[in-house]
Amino acid sequence: MSAKTTLVLSGLEPLIVTTESNFVNIGERTNVTGSRKFLQLIRDRKFDDALEIAREQVEGGAQIIDINMDEGMIDGVEAMTTFLNLVASEPDISRVPVMIDSSRWEIIAAGLKVVQGKCVVNSISLKGGEAEFIEQASTIRRYGAATVVMAFDEDGQADSYERRIEICARAYRILTEVVGFPKEDIIFDPNIFPVATGMEEHRKNALDFFAAASWIKENLPGAHVSGGVSNVSFSFRGNQKVREAMHAAFLYHGIKAGMDMGIVNPTMLEVYNEIDPELLELVEDVLLDRKDDSTERLLEYADRVKDSHKTKEKDLKWRDQILEKRLEHAMVKGVIEFIEQDTEEARLQYGSPLKVIEGPLMAGMNVVGELFGSGKMFLPQVVKSARVMKKAVAWLTPYLEAEKAGTSNKSGVIVMATVKGDVHDIGKNIVGVVLSCNSFEIVDLGVMVPTSVILDKAQEIGADAIGLSGLITPSLDEMIHVAKEMEMRKMTIPLLIGGATTSRVHTAVKIDPMYSGLVIHVNDASRAVPVLSSANGKDAQSFTKQIKTEYQELRELYKTRNAAKRYVSIEEARRLRRRIDWNQTKLVVPNQLGIHEISFKLEDLVDYIDWTPFFKTWGLHGKYPEILTDSVVGEQAQELFSDVNAMLEQLKATNALTPKAIVGLFPAASKPNDDVVVFDEHSNELATFHFLRQQSEKDSSANQSCLSDFIAPHDTGMTDHIGCFAVTAGIEIEQLAKEYDAQHDSYRAILIKAIGDRIVEAAAERLHLQVRKNLWGYAADEVLTNSELIGEKYRGIRPAPGYPACPDHLEKLTIWQLLDVEKRINITLTESLAMEPASSISGYYFAHPESHYFGLGKIGKDQVEDFAKRRNEPLSYCEKWLSPNLNYEPEA
Amino acid sequence: MRSKIEEEISKRILVLDGAMGTMLQRYRLEEDDFRGERFKDHPHPLKGNNDLLTLTRPDILREIHDAYFEAGADIAETNTFSSTTIAQADYHLEEIVYDLNLQAAKIARASADHYTDLTPNKPRFVAGSIGPTNRTASISPDVNNPAFRAVTFDQLAEAYEEQTLGLIDGGVDALLIETVFDTLNAKAAIYGAEEAMKKRSVTIPLMISGTITDASGRTLSGQTAHAFLISMSHAPLLSIGFNCALGANQLMQYVDVLAQHASCHVSAHPNAGLPNEMGHYDQTPQEMSAQIQAYLERDLINIIGGCCGTTPEHIRAIADVASKFQPRKIVKEEAE
Repeated sequence: MSAKTTLVLSGLEPLIVTTESNFVNIGERTNVTGSRKFLQLIRDRKFDDALEIAREQVEGGAQIIDINMDEGMIDGVEAMTTFLNLVASEPDISRVPVMIDSSRWEIIAAGLKVVQGKCVVNSISLKGGEAEFIEQASTIRRYGAATVVMAFDEDGQADSYERRIEICARAYRILTEVVGFPKEDIIFDPNIFPVATGMEEHRKNALDFFAAASWIKENLPGAHVSGGVSNVSFSFRGNQKVREAMHAAFLYHGIKAGMDMGIVNPTMLEVYNEIDPELLELVEDVLLDRKDDSTERLLEYADRVKDSHKTKEKDLKWRDQILEKRLEHAMVKGVIEFIEQDTEEARLQYGSPLKVIEGPLMAGMNVVGELFGSGKMFLPQVVKSARVMKKAVAWLTPYLEAEKAGTSNKSGVIVMATVKGDVHDIGKNIVGVVLSCNSFEIVDLGVMVPTSVILDKAQEIGADAIGLSGLITPSLDEMIHVAKEMEMRKMTIPLLIGGATTSRVHTAVKIDPMYSGLVIHVNDASRAVPVLSSANGKDAQSFTKQIKTEYQELRELYKTRNAAKRYVSIEEARRLRRRIDWNQTKLVVPNQLGIHEISFKLEDLVDYIDWTPFFKTWGLHGKYPEILTDSVVGEQAQELFSDVNAMLEQLKATNALTPKAIVGLFPAASKPNDDVVVFDEHSNELATFHFLRQQSEKDSSANQSCLSDFIAPHDTGMTDHIGCFAVTAGIEIEQLAKEYDAQHDSYRAILIKAIGDRIVEAAAERLHLQVRKNLWGYAADEVLTNSELIGEKYRGIRPAPGYPACPDHLEKLTIWQLLDVEKRINITLTESLAMEPASSISGYYFAHPESHYFGLGKIGKDQVEDFAKRRNEPLSYCEKWLSPNLNYEPEA
Repeated sequence: MRSKIEEEISKRILVLDGAMGTMLQRYRLEEDDFRGERFKDHPHPLKGNNDLLTLTRPDILREIHDAYFEAGADIAETNTFSSTTIAQADYHLEEIVYDLNLQAAKIARASADHYTDLTPNKPRFVAGSIGPTNRTASISPDVNNPAFRAVTFDQLAEAYEEQTLGLIDGGVDALLIETVFDTLNAKAAIYGAEEAMKKRSVTIPLMISGTITDASGRTLSGQTAHAFLISMSHAPLLSIGFNCALGANQLMQYVDVLAQHASCHVSAHPNAGLPNEMGHYDQTPQEMSAQIQAYLERDLINIIGGCCGTTPEHIRAIADVASKFQPRKIVKEEAE
């Protein structure tokens, strides 16, 4: 088939119509002339609801959506523009091409200017003469659209076979020869008119259309044929059953004649094969004009049938299936309602609780695992499946114990832990759940687990692998330590590394060389399963060898790359600092100096939540709110979102969380050595922050940045200020999570922690706002939307120790001492200086308009030596804390 | 009649130059450099307005064009990525856009002609760079009002027309509408460029280069690579391709989609890898050209170059490897 007969259109995705394609459905409900409901919504400017109609059509199978705003009471140009703009911001609608439908050229022209994809104009015709037709077709071409051409000319609309083909032939000639319009972008609409109207001259309306369609396909190469199908059943308005049958039968014959596409309501379409044979015969008699009395007989039939609406039954059909299928359904769909009942039935039927687990339950989870592995299920669903599984297992546990069932047939036993000094475990818990869905037995040692406890446990139970997780940077060192210790103990089982700060490079460079067994970075729940299967399978040796080689190569690459990077000395870096013109800067004295304790109400924080990272935690990638309507993960995102909102509502109603913060605002001055000295109101020194400066050479005019650059130096004689803060979502979170765990509800346990992380971020954002507007008050007039807040479009920054601008966690000790954080709001620091509860944030406030975030990157030994002096601590101690940022290997 | 560049592209793979911004950064320019004599009293800060250097530091631009031609580039891009009234509004310099485009084209033209004179059997070309502007016609900047648009098709088309007039008058061989993150902006650019060509009664070949923002495989405005190609196919194009945002490795699968379906030439000018945590590109010329070789082995390319982070050293390595391969043959549509 030649490419020339292919019509290609595009929304966000392509639509390719070849002669082999099936019929293309064009959705018709977003048309004010055809849908009273849509008209009303547009008139009332309820565009959100109008969009829903568009969405329903796409979900219902429309491959193009027709949009028409031709109504006397509506400003058509404005309505078309607004609606198309709105459609553009809904990816699950705009993935299909649109058809700009109007009889008024100015509306079509306006529509063409707001559509990025290749759309279709519906329609132009020779009604206004050749000159206008040529002009309009040329314009359509310049905007990159295809067009429908109506069989209409200066003498009126074609109503016979002869007139149809005459007009289409003439339009085709003009388009291809004069305008240079691509043949395949021409779509003829040879007019679908009603049949069974009782008028003699309408008897051949359908037949003439079919004949014209065949003629066009035969004689006008490349051109396509379309039409508005619901017209044909116009005389049977109100009789759904007859209309659906007429549409189906019309399409059946139209497609055979060469019709490529049509404007139809997919929900008003019967399947041709399922039309009642009596009705089908009557309908075809009418369409094909087979009998003189066909109209009367169809009318008679129509009167006889009551309009039967298809009713939706509550979908409990699956309950009628056999036991195994029900269990599988419950697990795949995450339905918890009947699981205990079904599990009990299975126990009685199988005669042994173990057989139930190894039989139907495992089979169900295998289905889940397969669906997840192939991308047909999403993480929140899998976690819900696991909840069902856990519930079932919990039901069986007493019987299991009674039976003292011996060994189980597991894929392997995995010891998992968040390393010493770290309390973050959301990621680890998700990986644990996914693994247990795939019949691994998970021994989860929890958070802050010392190396010896992890390794003792692993050796005691003969674990098949160890999985370590950590979020803060000192955890990286702890993982190195675990690897070293495994080597000392001559262990051989695989070591899996995961968590937000971990990386493949770090694993390869720092951890892998410490352990001769397999060390592998797995940062993705879905990858954990295949990795563990390979690591413990029969090809384990070659797998290990392959990974070892890969990491060896990574190490060499890292070395050459690191060597290539150039660093400037700390003196040179300080010389290249950002030089703020302090004389040009108006420094604002805080309204309320000193330390302030602040409590938040949960309802005041909800609006400040940045949801995008929340979905990311669950492996759902995309921006909020678009993610809710994403074509791939939208459904799961919505479900997750409604679950989390339910949880939020409950937390609000029960006042279960008490988010709290503490803020201090102090006079401060920077020193040439990058320190910032903090004073009280009487100029007594309270504390010193020791900041670090970038040293990797910039290939631009950019500066070597350090946070101290944003505070006025002593010698300017000006009084500048700095703030610091700590905030927590509430110490109750850990307790709530434990309670959920105790109820075998790991889904909610993970959910509460994930929401805790968002709440504390929201509280920090809210607090920063309060500081800018009131407490400090340097931006009292600031007016920003929530999304602008989340996008940090305000003056000033709040960098946090342990993050890229100031990776030194030791600074938390200074903040804790300065604000008395532990005593006043109950956030404690672990030995690795992680904050507990985990849903906590601490940091500084800088108010200067030029203050900004940056990444410190690697620093040189000269700066670390200087830093050790400033801190008055041994070099090796500083090197340990700064190890991820050193550009050299410290002496052991 | 076929233009010189159309003739040349049928013979061999053409090499586009590398990043302008990366090169300018090497000069560590300050506010004074950007202002020069002409704008010394301009009431708004001008540092960072790289396109302005066309007027205030033409010497540097000439050096950079020369360096890329020296390294083996066949096509220089003019320093006009942001030379539209819309983008220059940030600096309150809307009045000078014609001049920016005219002069930038002339500087690149002089450099190209100089190198063509040295090796007449290898003619060098100038492509007028037309950036996306800093506004999107398909996306609302206001999440609370998704129907809002900060710029309209007509405003964009008018701005692009003015830019193109300057580029044509400065003597460019082709127009490169690049870093297309919103296809509607590019449609307006084509429209505006066509208007300008009509006014000057000339035909200048059009090159289009989109940007796939991330691993989602879509443009910022949400289109897949194939949908982007379809939406651009109404104009007679010299080439279509992708640039920026991704390194060569990540970009290849999308260029592959174009190569499968495009009925014009295919281009790519990827970044030097992905930026590191400092926002810098550290892919070496060798690493990048090795990844480019994979494109050539798959027969995907007619025009190849570099975007962010690439330097004359990268272009030299890319030109080296490109010289060893034949250009992609355009799949001619079957005759009726």
